[in-house]
Amino acid sequence: MSLNIFVQHVINALSLGSLYGLVAVGYTMVYGILRLINFAHGDIFMLGAYFVYFATIVYKLPWAVGVVIAIILTTVCGLLVDRIAYKPLRNAPRISALISAIGVSFFIENFAVVVFTGMPRPVVQPPILMQPITLSSGVRLIPLGILVPVVAFVLVGALMWLLYRTKPGLAMRAISFDIETTRMLGVSVNKIIALAFGLGSALAAVAGILWALRYPRVEPFMGMTPGIKAFIAAVFGGIGSVPGAMIGGLILGFVEIMSVAFFPNLSGYKDAFAFLILILILLFRPAGLLGERLEDKI
Amino acid sequence: MRKFFAACLVVALLAGVAFADDDVIKVGVFNCLTGQNAFGGQLELEGTQLAHSLMPEILGKKVELVIVDNKSDKVEAANAVTRLIENDKVNAIIGTYGSSLAMAGGEVAEKAGIPVIGTSCTNPLVTEGKKYYFRVCFIDPFQGAGAATYAFRNLGLKKAATLVDMSNDYSVGLGKFFRDSYKKMGGEIVANLFYQSGDTDFTAQLTELIAKQPDIVFLPAYFAEGAIVLKQAKELGANFRFIGADAMDNPEIVTLGGDAVEGFMHTTFAYDPSMQEMNETAAKFTEEWRKVHPDKDPNVNSALGYDCYVMLKDAIERAGSAEPEKIRDALETTKDLPTVTGITTINATHDAEKEMGIVEIRGGKKTFLGLVKPEV
Repeated sequence: MSLNIFVQHVINALSLGSLYGLVAVGYTMVYGILRLINFAHGDIFMLGAYFVYFATIVYKLPWAVGVVIAIILTTVCGLLVDRIAYKPLRNAPRISALISAIGVSFFIENFAVVVFTGMPRPVVQPPILMQPITLSSGVRLIPLGILVPVVAFVLVGALMWLLYRTKPGLAMRAISFDIETTRMLGVSVNKIIALAFGLGSALAAVAGILWALRYPRVEPFMGMTPGIKAFIAAVFGGIGSVPGAMIGGLILGFVEIMSVAFFPNLSGYKDAFAFLILILILLFRPAGLLGERLEDKI
Repeated sequence: MRKFFAACLVVALLAGVAFADDDVIKVGVFNCLTGQNAFGGQLELEGTQLAHSLMPEILGKKVELVIVDNKSDKVEAANAVTRLIENDKVNAIIGTYGSSLAMAGGEVAEKAGIPVIGTSCTNPLVTEGKKYYFRVCFIDPFQGAGAATYAFRNLGLKKAATLVDMSNDYSVGLGKFFRDSYKKMGGEIVANLFYQSGDTDFTAQLTELIAKQPDIVFLPAYFAEGAIVLKQAKELGANFRFIGADAMDNPEIVTLGGDAVEGFMHTTFAYDPSMQEMNETAAKFTEEWRKVHPDKDPNVNSALGYDCYVMLKDAIERAGSAEPEKIRDALETTKDLPTVTGITTINATHDAEKEMGIVEIRGGKKTFLGLVKPEV
C-alpha cells in the first residue's frame, strides 16, 4: 500500500470514527446520568437529518438556517421523548425504562415510514464543503472530511467543559452518583435530566446532519446501524465516560476502514472485525477502556 | 337413477376432453391480475393476448387462451395451475410475473408434466432442476456477463474490478458471472471487494479500488446504495467508470446521486418503445400494440408476455403436435428464435440467452447505447 493511499484511509477513518464518537457521546451521557440506555438515540439522529431535508429541499431555506431549525426541532423531540416515555418511569425498575426506550425507537421509526415514506431522500450538500483539495502527495480531501472531525472534537470538548467546569455539569455528575441525595441538596433533578436529554438530542441532531452530508441519503431506518455502532463504541470506551465514547468511536471507525484496507478480500466482513475487537477488549477490560471500575463488595 | 346421471356426467366429461384434444389447443395463462404485482401481470397478459389475436391458429388448429388470476399470492398460484391442468386440461401454460409465484405454480406443473414458459421470473431457482419450466427472460446473474462483454468488447477496457453486496444473492450472482465472463474473454480482474446491504460508508473500498487502478468497476447494487457509492467515488476523485445492472434502473438514482451518476451505465432488457433501432418483431409488436392500446405505451413486461406466446407457437410447430410432452421437448431445443426482446436461445438450464440493452445516464436521463450479446 502506497503512503498516499494509506493517508487517504486514515482520513476516511477519522471521518467515520468521529461520527460514531459523536453519536456515542449522546448514549454515554444519558447512561452516565440515568443508567438508561436510550435506544431512541439513533432515531433522534434520523429526525435531525429529516428536518434538514424538509427545511432545505421542501421549504427551500438556506442550508445554514435549515441546520439551526433542525437542531432546535430535534432537541424539542428529544425533550418530548423524555417527558412522555421516560419521566413517568423514573422510579420504576431500570428494565421498564429500557423497554420503554425500545418502544420509542420502534415508534419513531415506523412513524417516520408512515409520514416520510420509505423512499430514500436526497441531501443538499453546500458546494463549498464539497470542493476537492488535492494535497501535494496525491491525497484528496474535501472540506467536509475535515469539518466532520473538527465539529465532533469541538462539541465533545464543549461538553467536557460543561460537565466538569459548570454548575449544571456538577449537578449532572451528582445525579449519576445518587439521585435522591442530589434532590435533597436542592437540585431540580428533573430540570437537570431534561437538560441532559436536550443536549444529547442536539448532539444527535448534529451527528445526523453531518452523517447525511457525508453519506448523502435520508431514510427512516438510517439511524439503526449508526445507533448500534455508536452504542458499541460507547461500551467499548467505557459507558458513562464522554472521552471514552469518543475514543471508542474513533477506534471502531479505524478498525472498520483498516480491515478493508489491509484485507480487501474480506471487505464484506468489516463489521465482524469490529465486533471481534470489541469482544477481545471486553474480555480483558470488562468495564471498557475508560470505564469506572466497579469495586467488588465483600 | 343416480348411476345413470353419473354415467352421463362421465360421458360428457370424456367427450369434452376428446373435443379439446382434437379441435383446439388450450393455452393456460396464469399471471397476477390482482394484488401487489397486478401492474406487471396485467401488462404481460395484454402482451400474450396481443400475440394470440395476431396468431390465433397454430398447426391449423384454433388456440384458446384460458386465463386465471394468481392474485400475487403463492397459494393462489399453485391453485391456479392446478385448475388449469385438472379442470381446463391445457396443453401448455404461460406465466408469471414474480419468481416466488412461478416457483409455487411450477411445482404443480412439474408433477403433472405440463410445460410452462415463464414471462419475467428472473430468479435462477424458477427453472433449476425443473424438467417442464422454461422462461423467455434471462436470469438475473446473466446480466453480469452482459456488462462484462460490453466493457471488454465494446469499450475495450482490459482491467476491471467488482464491488459486490455480499449479503444479497442477486449481487453475488451477478458479480460472479461478470468475473467469469470477463476473465474468459482475456480481461484482468484487479480487485473483488464487498460491502453489506445497509452500509453507508464505502470510502475504504473505493480508496482500495483507486489504488488498484481498474478501468471499470462492476457495481451490481440496488439504487439506494449504488447512488451513494457513485457519489463517494466522485468525492474521492475516482477516474474509472462504473457499470451496473437492472437494480440500478430507477429514476431515483439521479435524485440521490445528482451529477455523480453522469456516465454511469447499466444493463437492461433489450426492449424499450423509445429504442432507435428495433428488430423486425419488436417493430411489429410496437405498432400492433399502439393500435390496440392507443393510450398506453408498451413496456418490457408486455413484450415478454408476447414473446412467451411466440416461443410456444414455435415449439408446437416444430413438434408438429400439441401434446405436452412433445411441446416440452421442442421448447428445450429453441434456438435463434426472433422475439421482441432479441434473438432467443434456450440453454441447458431452460433460461433464455439473448441480447441485452446497455443504458447510460446522460444529462440526468437514460440513453440507450445499444445491444450486446453476452459471452458466458
